[in-house]
Amino acid sequence: MTKTVFIDGKKIEYEGNKTLLEIARENNIYIPSLCYHPKLGPASMCRVCVVEVEGMRGLQPSCATIPAEGAKVLTNTERVIEARKTVVNLLLSNGNHNCLSCEVNGDCELQDAAYHLGIEIPAFLIEQPEERDESGVFILRDPGKCIKCGRCIEGCNRLVVNEVLDFGYRGGEIKVICDNDIPMGESTCVQCGECVQLCPVGALIDKKAIGKARTWETHTVRTTCPYCGVGCQLELHMKEDQIVRVTGVEDAQPNQGHLCVKGRYGYDFIYSGDRLTTPLIKENGVFREASWNEALDLVAGKFKQIIQESGPDTLAGVSCARSSNEDSYNMQKLFRGVFGTNNIDHCART
Amino acid sequence: MTEAHPVASYFLKRALKKGAKLIVVDPRNQPLATRADLFAQIKVGSDIAFLNGLMNVLITEDLYDKKFVEENCEDFEALKSKVLEYSPEKAAEISGVPIELIKEIAHTLASIKPAMACYTLGITEHTCGKNNVMSVANLQMLLGNMGLESAGVNPLRGQNNVQGACDMAALPNVYPGYQAVTSKESKEKFAKAWGNPNLSEKVGLTIPDMMAGLVTKKVRGFYIFGENLANSEPNIAHVEKELASAEFLVCNEIFPTETTRFAHVVFPSTAWGEDDGTFTNSERRVNRVRKIKEAPGMAKPDWWIFKEIAKRMGYDWESNSAQEIWDNEVSVLAPAYGGIKYSRIEKDGLQWPCPTVDHPGTKFLHKEGKFSRGKGLFKAIDWTPPAEVADNEYPLMLSTGRRLFHYHTRTQTSRVGLDQILSEETADISFADAEHLGIENGEYVMVSSRRGSVKVKARVTEQIPPGLVWMAFHFREGNANWLTNNVFDPETKTAEYKACAVKIEKVK
Repeated sequence: MTKTVFIDGKKIEYEGNKTLLEIARENNIYIPSLCYHPKLGPASMCRVCVVEVEGMRGLQPSCATIPAEGAKVLTNTERVIEARKTVVNLLLSNGNHNCLSCEVNGDCELQDAAYHLGIEIPAFLIEQPEERDESGVFILRDPGKCIKCGRCIEGCNRLVVNEVLDFGYRGGEIKVICDNDIPMGESTCVQCGECVQLCPVGALIDKKAIGKARTWETHTVRTTCPYCGVGCQLELHMKEDQIVRVTGVEDAQPNQGHLCVKGRYGYDFIYSGDRLTTPLIKENGVFREASWNEALDLVAGKFKQIIQESGPDTLAGVSCARSSNEDSYNMQKLFRGVFGTNNIDHCART
Repeated sequence: MTEAHPVASYFLKRALKKGAKLIVVDPRNQPLATRADLFAQIKVGSDIAFLNGLMNVLITEDLYDKKFVEENCEDFEALKSKVLEYSPEKAAEISGVPIELIKEIAHTLASIKPAMACYTLGITEHTCGKNNVMSVANLQMLLGNMGLESAGVNPLRGQNNVQGACDMAALPNVYPGYQAVTSKESKEKFAKAWGNPNLSEKVGLTIPDMMAGLVTKKVRGFYIFGENLANSEPNIAHVEKELASAEFLVCNEIFPTETTRFAHVVFPSTAWGEDDGTFTNSERRVNRVRKIKEAPGMAKPDWWIFKEIAKRMGYDWESNSAQEIWDNEVSVLAPAYGGIKYSRIEKDGLQWPCPTVDHPGTKFLHKEGKFSRGKGLFKAIDWTPPAEVADNEYPLMLSTGRRLFHYHTRTQTSRVGLDQILSEETADISFADAEHLGIENGEYVMVSSRRGSVKVKARVTEQIPPGLVWMAFHFREGNANWLTNNVFDPETKTAEYKACAVKIEKVK
C-alpha cells in the first residue's frame, strides 16, 4: 500500500513500514545521524536526527519514528537546528575530536554533522580525553573520539555475537569497555573488526591503515576473500596499488558486510618481500634464476620426454584450492587435453 | 565454526538469539558447545555409532518422516535393520554420549523442521570418512530434512576455492561440471573442445597414490600447483621421503615453501589480487575476484603458465584471460554453469546449477525431495573404529584441526601480523591428563606417535576431555602432521587426520 508523508512541504510517497530517517535518505534529504546504522536499526541514543512532526509533542528522533499517514515533518526549523547543535557541541567537547590527522577525516559522521550545522569550534570547554588503547593487534581504540553512540556494542553483541564490548560505568563516566574493562588485547576480542566498520567516527581504527592515505585519496574495489570457503565479499580501499584497509561489502551475499580477523586484516602477504619473482631451476641442488622461456622449455621438454618414454600416466599433478577456477580449469586441461592423463587431483580429499 | 568459518558462525549465533535450537556434536567443548541447547561430547571416531543410535531411536519410536521416506527414498529396510543393531545403549557405549542424551537429541530433531546438518573435516578425515558422510545423509533423509531451505547436508568448505577446484575437475574421475571421464559422450565433447582425440578414459590417481608413485617411479613427473604438501599431508617424515624421491618436480608458488625445496623447477605465480578470476564458495556461489595490483617481478598468472606449457607441446589455446576462459570455455562446457557469465556476477555471485543466462541460480538442492539420482538411497552402514586407537604405549588420542588466527601452513598468515596473536603451536590437553602427567599450562612437552615426535607447549583447557590431545598444523615446528597417521578412507583417499594414538612426556 502506498503511503504519504510531507517532509519540508514536499509530498513523498513510499511503500511499507519505514522510519522518517529511512524515507528521508531514500529521497536525498540529509538528516544528520550518529547512532543509527542500517544494519542495526533505530537506537534513539544520540538525538542528532531529531525533527519536528506536526501534532507530536517535542522533537522526534527520525531514526525511530514511523510516520502516521499524511504526517507533516520539518527537518530544518530553528528548534531542530538548535537541538542538533547542542547535541553536536556537547559531543565535540566531550573528548579529542581533532580532525587534522584523524584516519576517518572526510568519512566521519560527526564531522558531517558539524559541517552541516556550521560548527567550527565547539561551544563548550573540551574535556581531557582518556588514553588510547593500543593493545589490540589490529584495532586501535581512541576513547577520546568516542561519542558513545553504541554502534560498536550493538554490532559486537547482536551482529557478530562475539559479546566483548559493552557500556561500563554510569552517567558522565560512561564508556565503552572490553569484557570487564580490560585492554582490548587482553580481552576475549577476536579482532574481527565489525566495531571498526560500524564506528561513525575515529574512535575505532584499523591500525594497518594508519598514515596510509586520506579517505578521499582511496578508491574501492570489490573482491572475494582469499581465506575460507564462506566467500565473503570484501571492499578493498586502495591508494594506487596499496590496500589501505578492508571492509565487508554491506548488503552483499553471503556475508552481509561482516568479516573475520583474517579477511579484514590478513591481506598484506601479497606485498611481502619474500615473494617468488623469477622462475627458478635447480642445478646441483641449488636454485638459480632463469627466464620464462628457459624454464618453460625445460618443463615442456621433460614432460614430453617422460610421456614418450613411459606414457602420459607417469605424469601427475595437484591443483590449488586457493587459486581461481580459471587456473584450475587450465591445469586439468593441460593434464587431460595435452598430456592425455586424468592424474589430476587437489586437496579436496584432505 | 567460530574458528574455521567465523563469519558463518555469526549467522548461526544470531539465529540462536532468535530462538533457533543448536545441537553440537564434538569431541571438544568448543565455543559453540557452550551456546548449544544440547551438546554431545562424542569420542573421536565414533560418529557412525552415534548417528545409528539416533536413527535407532527415530525408527523404534516411530518418529521419522514416513512420508518423505516413502515418497523420496529407497532401501529403507536395509537401513532399518542395520540401525536396529545400534541400540541407544550400544551407541552410548561406543560414542561416550549418555543414553538419555542420545534419546533427547533424537526427540529434539524429530520435533523441528527444517534442521540443517553442518560439518567440516571432523566427519570426512577418517578412514570411514565416506561412511560418516553417508550416515549424516541417512539421518537427514530419515528426518525429511532434504530439499528444503535451511535443511540438508552442508559440508562447510575449508578453502576459498576448494568447491571451485572440484567443479573445475581438478579431480581424477571427472571433466569440468562432474562429467565422468569414463563416459564416451563426455570424452567426445571434450576431445572436440580441446582438439585432442586421445583423451584418457581411465580414472586417474588421487594425491596419496601419486605420492606413493613417486617412490615406485610409477609417477616420474609431478606438478604441484600452490599446495604445501610437505606440511599439510599426514606423516611429514614419510611425505618428505616421497617428495625427495621425485624424478622431476615442478611447482607454481607465490612463496618459497617447505614443498618447493624439493622442486626441480619453480614458477613464480600471481597471488590473490594480482589477476582477475572467480572463486566458488561453500554455497556453490561463483564470486568474482579482481586484480588490484601488478604481480612482483616476473610472476605470471597460473592459467598463463599452463597455457605456455601447452603451447610448447603443440597446443595453442585461444583463451587469453580469466574471463575468456570462463565465458568461452567453462560455462560452455559445463551445463551447470551455462548461465554464469562474468557480466552477470559483477556484484553478488550466482549459485550453480545455473543452466541458462536467464536462470537466477539455485539456492538449495534436491528441491521437493528430487535427488540427482532420482530417489535418495539409504545405506546400511556399520561403525568402524579409527585405524589406530589408544593403547598402553600410546595412551591418548590425537585429533587435529584449525585455529582462528592462522590459516593452514601459514604461507600467507605468517606474513600479515597474525603471529603477534598466535605465535606457536600448542598441544591442547585436559586438566585431568595434565595433572596425571604433572604438566603445567604453557610447559613444553614431547608429543609422540608411531611416526614422529614434536616438542610443543601444552595448553591445558576445559575444552578437552581426558584422553584427548588436540593440535593444528599451522606451524612447521610442533606441526601435528609429524604425528598424524597416513592411512586413508579406501574410496575417497582422505587421510585420517582426526584420529591417531599418541603419548605425552615431560621435556627433561
